[in-house]
Amino acid sequence: MLISFDWLHAFVPHGETPESLRDLMSAHVATVDGMEQLRADLRPIIIARVLSAVRHPDSDHLWVTKVDDGSGTQLDVVCGAQNVVEGALYPFARVGTIMPTGNKGGILIERRRIRGALSNGMLCSARELGLGEDHDGIMALDLDAQPGTPLLEAMQIGDVRYDVDVLPNRPDLLNHLGMAREIAAITGTSLRLPEELGGEPEPTRLAAGAREASSAGVTVRIEDAAGCPRYMGVVIRGVGVGPSPAWLARRVESVGMRSISNIVDITNYMMHGFGQPMHAFDLAALANRQIVVRCARRGERMTTLDGVDRTFAGHETIITDGQRPIAIAGVMGGLDSEVKPDTQDIFLEVAYFDPGRTRAARRSSGVISDASYRFERGIDPEGSPRALAIAAQLLCAVAGGRVDGVPIDVGAPPSRSAQVTLRPARLSRLLGEAVEAGEIARRLESIGFAVSAGRNDALVVSVPSWRHDVSRDVDLVEEVARLRGYDALSDELKPFRPGTVPDHPFYEIARRLRDSLVGRGLAEVRPLPFVRGEDATHVRVQNPIAENEPHLRTSVLETLAHRAAHNLTRMQGDVRIFEIGSVFSRGDLGSGGRPREEVRVGALIMGARRPPHFTESKVPAFDAWDARALGEGVARVACPGTAIVSIPGHGDVLWRLVSDSGESLGTIERIALDRPAWASEAFGVEISLGRISNAPVAPPGSHAPHEPDPQPRAGHVRFTPLPTTPAAEFDLALVVPDRLMAEQVESAIRRSAGDLLERLVLFDEYRGRELPAGHRSIAWRLTFRDPVRTLRDKEIEGRRQKILRTLEGELGVRARSV
Amino acid sequence: MTLTEFLDQVHLLRDHAAQHIDAVSTLEDWTTLRNRIVGRKSGRLSELLAILPTLPADDRRTAGAALNAVKLAIEEQLEQRRALLAKAAATAKSLDLTMPGRDPWCGAVHPVTLVIDEIVAIFREIGFTIALGPEAESDWYNFGALNFPPNHPAMDLHDTLYLEGGSLLRTHTSPVQVRTMQQYRPPIRVLAPGRVYRRDFFDATHAPAFEQIEGLAIDEGISFSDLKATLSYFARRFYGGATRTRFGPSFFPFTEPSAQMDVEVDLGDGRGKRWIEIMGTGLVHPAVIEAAGLDSERWSGWAFGMGPGRIAMSRYGLPDIRLLYDSDVRFLAQFAVC
Repeated sequence: MLISFDWLHAFVPHGETPESLRDLMSAHVATVDGMEQLRADLRPIIIARVLSAVRHPDSDHLWVTKVDDGSGTQLDVVCGAQNVVEGALYPFARVGTIMPTGNKGGILIERRRIRGALSNGMLCSARELGLGEDHDGIMALDLDAQPGTPLLEAMQIGDVRYDVDVLPNRPDLLNHLGMAREIAAITGTSLRLPEELGGEPEPTRLAAGAREASSAGVTVRIEDAAGCPRYMGVVIRGVGVGPSPAWLARRVESVGMRSISNIVDITNYMMHGFGQPMHAFDLAALANRQIVVRCARRGERMTTLDGVDRTFAGHETIITDGQRPIAIAGVMGGLDSEVKPDTQDIFLEVAYFDPGRTRAARRSSGVISDASYRFERGIDPEGSPRALAIAAQLLCAVAGGRVDGVPIDVGAPPSRSAQVTLRPARLSRLLGEAVEAGEIARRLESIGFAVSAGRNDALVVSVPSWRHDVSRDVDLVEEVARLRGYDALSDELKPFRPGTVPDHPFYEIARRLRDSLVGRGLAEVRPLPFVRGEDATHVRVQNPIAENEPHLRTSVLETLAHRAAHNLTRMQGDVRIFEIGSVFSRGDLGSGGRPREEVRVGALIMGARRPPHFTESKVPAFDAWDARALGEGVARVACPGTAIVSIPGHGDVLWRLVSDSGESLGTIERIALDRPAWASEAFGVEISLGRISNAPVAPPGSHAPHEPDPQPRAGHVRFTPLPTTPAAEFDLALVVPDRLMAEQVESAIRRSAGDLLERLVLFDEYRGRELPAGHRSIAWRLTFRDPVRTLRDKEIEGRRQKILRTLEGELGVRARSV
Repeated sequence: MTLTEFLDQVHLLRDHAAQHIDAVSTLEDWTTLRNRIVGRKSGRLSELLAILPTLPADDRRTAGAALNAVKLAIEEQLEQRRALLAKAAATAKSLDLTMPGRDPWCGAVHPVTLVIDEIVAIFREIGFTIALGPEAESDWYNFGALNFPPNHPAMDLHDTLYLEGGSLLRTHTSPVQVRTMQQYRPPIRVLAPGRVYRRDFFDATHAPAFEQIEGLAIDEGISFSDLKATLSYFARRFYGGATRTRFGPSFFPFTEPSAQMDVEVDLGDGRGKRWIEIMGTGLVHPAVIEAAGLDSERWSGWAFGMGPGRIAMSRYGLPDIRLLYDSDVRFLAQFAVC
């Protein structure tokens, strides 16, 4: 919302500077996002003194002057103004100045000869500086300043425009009157009517009716009372459509609008000044001299002011002339009925349109106008009669029209009997500071609330018609707090009671996972979770941001693979990334329920296993074994207290990670990527932390404390005594037929080795010509230890023999002969 | 000198020599030490040798043998030590110590996580625990329970991504307030970091999904002054001891009074100290407390919401928000922790 400093000042004669006013608004009313000096283009203009002026020898209307511009040199300047006076101060544009907005806007001032006399700059008229229409001569400055002083520093010129962030609860601030009301309250100044309006108009008699009324030959009828609770209008005849007077154009331009014509400018002036959107129809264009407010018919069409041909959906409130649509209520008028240069009689619409209906019409038509913005948020329903009277008075004064008949008033403003009871004790408790009832009443009354005493020290507060956001006592607490200033409240830390809510279990696990993965050299990522999936498996976003990614991901690796590919396109082949985030599956969607959401950790590794180092000419790339170790390591952190088993999988799924109770925890996968020749294979790990429920905790409005589900936790470590006896070790290199898996051999070794086997490590795999075809050699190192005594060599050899017998007998596996 | 005294001296020499030989660590020191022990002119061994003729003749043989044994032992030890030192010196020469060490890969925490962790750590010190909630939410938790009137323009600020089946991607972390209040008895002090979604285009300054941190404190007698005190304390901890804060009016359907907190900081962008808005806050609206089935006369509280992504952008000088999502390893490596 753009607010003009001058316009505000016309409503409330405060003594603030533009800067201090900005700070007051931000602290008490609404944040001021920006502040703009509207005549910043005047910055290069300085003040200069004319020391002497003599007639130009070759001209009867030019003067040659000596000018002091503060630079120390006297400049020769040729001047055509007859009002130049020796010793007086004038605005001066030095050589090199680009002229500000005005009738010479954009022109570069150069040193030049004028009829033979050299001129070094220009003494300016008000018109040349865009400061008025006066072109009787240069602009004499009645002030005391040193030559050379910038004009903007010497005098307050031009308006200041604020960009105020008005939030949806305060539509009453979307106009200067509303903002001025707040400034008046904060600065302790009285509101007044801007002088340009020539005084408050007399309240007039109205031609009123519940559904229909007529005046000056025009009949207004409301058929859609839900969309249009109240419709007022007045006929003004004999207007002269033309340019606006300077003051009106300046007001309209000060809030960033273009001055169009006196009639249109007045409707805009009323909207920005008083918050009442208005529309002026060319009375001659109303076929039956009728205004009928009704619901649009589906397929009905009209061309709006912006020249767009629009078709109605059927729920919009529209204004018709009894035959065809002439406006979308509260949104935009029609092209045919707009005021034209030759318009003589107008019908001025001053209505209250329903916020919800305006919003719906705005959405379906796709037009956002200043009017719809205000109707949607809710204008002051009681403000229409006064706004109509002021506008009519202005139209007559500015455009030379006369009001015909009495204004029409059909329907009634929506009644709001908002009365709120406020207990000063509760207000003080909520603010943390005692505020007297007297102060509360004074603060509230200063912005239009009416306060009376209720029972038990309570205050009964009537809400003004322009405040739709106040319905409970806390709303008034806010009013009092912000008017006093939030910054005035104490900010002393007080003791607190500890809360009853335990940490969410995923939080701690995610923290540990992050530490672990970062320690393993992976980088955390937070990509967007949108993918292109299948409707059968994925949850679809109804209104996706990008049509090519309309689904939510079902797995983290889906996203990480895309990110790895993105890195490959940037020639980055060493990618080690992980993410802890939500994935979504259809859950009960099929049966009208909710999607299922799960938190998972995903990790992807691709490229060199280590950074390059001179001791290693070629660093090996990550392979499936790195992925397996990563997956099992991550699973141990992600699923504390669970024993994890890796089961060989199929295809790209290398292993499935399963708990000892058979629950599926995640996968270790080979990632299929479209990769260039220089890139190596990518591997991924994805493990579920568990489901995050989106079921209601309790029905709306109810409280259902229940204990959280017990979460599995890793138990504390139990100490194992350190060995006191020496270990005995030997290696078994076995020739294993390809049909056997290492794990089968390993479990046979374990079974036959007995319980003194402390460690069993597979340390070598070998294939070669000296082995029988279809065989490989696998070697294990076995460590035996007896906790209380030293094992003798004979015992160890006995175990070795037993193991070999078992392997040969059960699996046909023999030791590799050396 | 008696034989016993002489033998004592010999053994003392033996013990001292062994200690000193073990302690010597350079070839230079080794030479000095050798001269001190076996040097012909001033060596300790030569001194004892000189005493030998002064002993009674009967004892000379025994004493001489003992001294000789010690001499041999010391010479052996000296030689061993010299060899060791010479080898070490030779090896040391073959290492070009200007060459780089062998690094492992360095992992990195995402910059937004760095900011979240720092915020969380400060609030955990003053009694906050962590609550989490689903990203696929219901309309009621996201809007209705938070006092959004149906069809209100306030919802335009939260342009929503709807899912099939009527649920939606939460537009803020505030639904966690309601879930927490429904599930636990006050006093409540929780922080809810999490991802939220808006129907925004993905450009340099907007993202359709971003992180938010919600804070909620509910108890008897909690006031706006507590809100100011806690959040100002947070700002001083987060931005530095003397950081000034200011509170101005704002609007959220789920807080009343509503406020925004500005802090006066120098973001290091060359523009100097200035006020920037860092969070929206306010007293929890009684309608929200009631939506969770609690008595709004008895319980009051405050809440806030802030965007760690925005803080990360200004803190780390990121010109484009998409850097946070692209997962370019060269970007991530800049936040490496080793």
